Amino acid sequence: MLLNQFLLLAAALFCIGVYGVLVRRSAMLVLMSIELILNAVNINLVAFGALTDDVGGSVFALFTIAVAAAEVGIGLAIVLLMYRNRRSIDLAQVDLLKG
Amino acid sequence: MLSLFALESVSEVSTVVQDANWFLEHAWIIPLLPAISFVLILFFGKRLPKKGAEIGITAVAVSFLLAVVTGWAWLDHRDNVVFDGGHSESVVVDDGHGSDDGYGTDDGHSGDATADEEHAIVVDDGTTNGDDRVSLAVAAAETGGKTEAHPYVAVQQTTQWFQSGGVEFGAGILVDGLSVMMLFVVTLISLLVHIYSTDYVGGDRRYTHFFAFLSLFTASMLFFVLSDNILQMIVGWELVGVCSFALIGHWWEEKPNSDAALKAFITNRVGDVGLLVGMITLFFAAGGGTTFDTVSINEQVVQGNVSHTALVVAAAALTAAVMSKSGQFILHTWLPDAMAGPTPVSALIHAATMVVAGIFMVARLYPVFFEGMSIGGSSINLLSTVGAVTLVGAGLLAFVQDDIKKVLAYSTVSQLGYMAMALGVGAWTAAVFHLFTHAFFKANLFLGSGSVAHAVHSFDMKKDMGGMKKYMPRTFWTFLIGSVALAGLPPLAGFWSKDEILVGTGGWGLFGGTGGNGAYTFHLSMGMIGAALTAAYMTRCMYLTFFGEWRGGHGHDDHGHDSHDAHDAHGHHGEPHESGPRILVPLYVLSGFSILVGLVNLPPGLFSGSAKSPASWQERFLHYMEPAGSSYFPAVAHGTPSWSLAIVSTAIAVLGIGMAFWYYFVRVDRLSKQTGQSLTGLPNGLTSRNRLAKAGHTLLVNKYYLDHLYTGIIAGFTKGRLARAAYWVNQNVLDRTVNVAGETAVRAGRVVYERIDQGVVDGLVNSAGRVSDSTGQELRKINSGQVQNYAALMFAGAAVLAGAFIILFAL
Repeated sequence: MLLNQFLLLAAALFCIGVYGVLVRRSAMLVLMSIELILNAVNINLVAFGALTDDVGGSVFALFTIAVAAAEVGIGLAIVLLMYRNRRSIDLAQVDLLKG
Repeated sequence: MLSLFALESVSEVSTVVQDANWFLEHAWIIPLLPAISFVLILFFGKRLPKKGAEIGITAVAVSFLLAVVTGWAWLDHRDNVVFDGGHSESVVVDDGHGSDDGYGTDDGHSGDATADEEHAIVVDDGTTNGDDRVSLAVAAAETGGKTEAHPYVAVQQTTQWFQSGGVEFGAGILVDGLSVMMLFVVTLISLLVHIYSTDYVGGDRRYTHFFAFLSLFTASMLFFVLSDNILQMIVGWELVGVCSFALIGHWWEEKPNSDAALKAFITNRVGDVGLLVGMITLFFAAGGGTTFDTVSINEQVVQGNVSHTALVVAAAALTAAVMSKSGQFILHTWLPDAMAGPTPVSALIHAATMVVAGIFMVARLYPVFFEGMSIGGSSINLLSTVGAVTLVGAGLLAFVQDDIKKVLAYSTVSQLGYMAMALGVGAWTAAVFHLFTHAFFKANLFLGSGSVAHAVHSFDMKKDMGGMKKYMPRTFWTFLIGSVALAGLPPLAGFWSKDEILVGTGGWGLFGGTGGNGAYTFHLSMGMIGAALTAAYMTRCMYLTFFGEWRGGHGHDDHGHDSHDAHDAHGHHGEPHESGPRILVPLYVLSGFSILVGLVNLPPGLFSGSAKSPASWQERFLHYMEPAGSSYFPAVAHGTPSWSLAIVSTAIAVLGIGMAFWYYFVRVDRLSKQTGQSLTGLPNGLTSRNRLAKAGHTLLVNKYYLDHLYTGIIAGFTKGRLARAAYWVNQNVLDRTVNVAGETAVRAGRVVYERIDQGVVDGLVNSAGRVSDSTGQELRKINSGQVQNYAALMFAGAAVLAGAFIILFAL
């Protein structure tokens, strides 16, 4: 088994995720991109776990999935409220913190 | 300074042991019980059926029983000081070059001592003791028979209280004849006063509080008499002072009572300064600046290791303390005023126990006074003269009092003068013996006066008493016994102790004299005058109270604070009647003691040759109490009792009684019957005819103007001229200085404000603000509010950190 392939896959996913987070204007898509980043991490964890024959990697991946589910729950709630208040989920318009 | 106080090590037998009978070792339980009782009464007293009195009575009763058992243990200890078998190592000789703590506290040393240690054991070895003392002990052995030759060995138990700068502050007990005697007297009288109080102050609004303080007082006094070091003595001394303050002011709602309490407290503070000065001097001069231990201080003084100058200072300062606490002229003025307290308090505190604290302190530190005042071989000194003046001065004052308690108060002052005088002339045992006997008959008299006052709701003999014999026969008889004992007629208690004091003065020159420490002729004559005065004023008091016709019965409740004493639930307004058993029983007990206690110190030779009176009955008190031959007691000489002196002093007392009897029982009685007037309506006799007598009377009525001196002149001067002068100084000197300082400060402040504050400090602050402002203006541009910008920055940061990580660790 070549570790590199998994690491490359993870790196690609991560980059796609980061790209999505940084450039997408829709909050939904940003949330989905965050999921990509987290899954890139999961791949890394599982890959290293398999390499070292350690079940800990898989366990951590499971934890990440659970945490990601919670995070998405909160994120979607925020997005929903944002939509209700502004009839839009365009992140560029959400700039109340502008200094 | 250092050379003055430099001490040599103790090289004699130190007659103090630790191992003794269980009761002697655990005498500290006796003060502990009333102390616990105080706390319990304070917290739980009011909820109990008897409002806390039962706790106090129980605690004091147990203490009394323990004191009796301790007393028995002491008698046994005194006679059998050589313990069986190997126990005799308790008495240790220090080997000269050893440390100077070869007494009591050196337990390990004494415990390990065995016969083969060369310096270990000396018991009753005549050659190591002072020659006088040994000969005395041996003489006692010859007269007393069996085991009299044992040295006097006190019991000491010490524990460390705290330590500071190399000085150990101990707390402990010193049990010897003196403290055992005091334990017995204090607990017995306290117990009787407790029982008496349940009736006397019954129904009072601060009944529980009263009993709490009786307990605390008892505990304090017991703590004081058991002290084994002078620091502990100061603590006990002040504690009894505080309790006295609280109890005198028991009915503080009325101004005279709280004034009396304050007066007692403040007057005592004056003497307390003397106490502190004296004790500190002793600590450095005789304690070597390292120990407060009473025994070692006394030992140093006895062995002559202490500078005479220091002893003179200490003795004089301590005499000031005695003057305030034990009511000696000129600081006695608080004691008569202290009669504002409830009568049981007067009996307990101002007659039998607290006021003898001063006498006790002198007796405890007797070497200091003996050496410091050069008592031996002298004919006058400060302490004896103060005592003698007090004795006569207070006796005279007792004549012009209409308040029965004030008569007794001045009588107490006068009798305390006897004790101080006795100590001053070197008659230690006589003084302590008088303290012992006086406690009983004076408590008897005070409680008797309270019994009368309880019936007539007043203390005024002239207005509200008279003829009480008919109404209160039992109180009358006990009061009569107390009076005769006080007047010093044989064979009641007062006679023996008074006679012993007169013998101790050594001033008697007829029929071979009496011997003693010096020729204190002046003091002998003052003692004689005092005896006549005592007998006479007690006769006057008896007449005014118990004979003639009852003058009361009109409007009970207009006698100021006295109405408090009349807190009778049944509120009778008819004729006075006899008090209840809780008042009478203590009177019976005290009367019994007043009759009998004189017999414990029969003078030697009184019954010589009589088979019925073995010699071992003689001088029991002296044998068990006086630490003669111990390492911490000076070599005092003892006077020889003289028949001629006893007869003359008794005759003088009888003469005093006779004159007063003639004046009151014969002349006044006849006049009042002739004119049909009551006593108060009679014309004045001598005092209105003779100018000198009138002047004397005025002087006495005004109490020698001492109160005027204190409040009018000393306090008045302080408040008046001194205060005005101080005000002038304040306005013109102090204020000017303050003003100049203020103006300078303002000017300096202005300069500082303009130059430093505005220029330097504010400049710094402002520029810091400007820098922050401009930085913020730049940085706010980053704060776009766009989430994705923040995310980008975060990723960029993470990327930079990752790069740095790689560079640092991977390359």
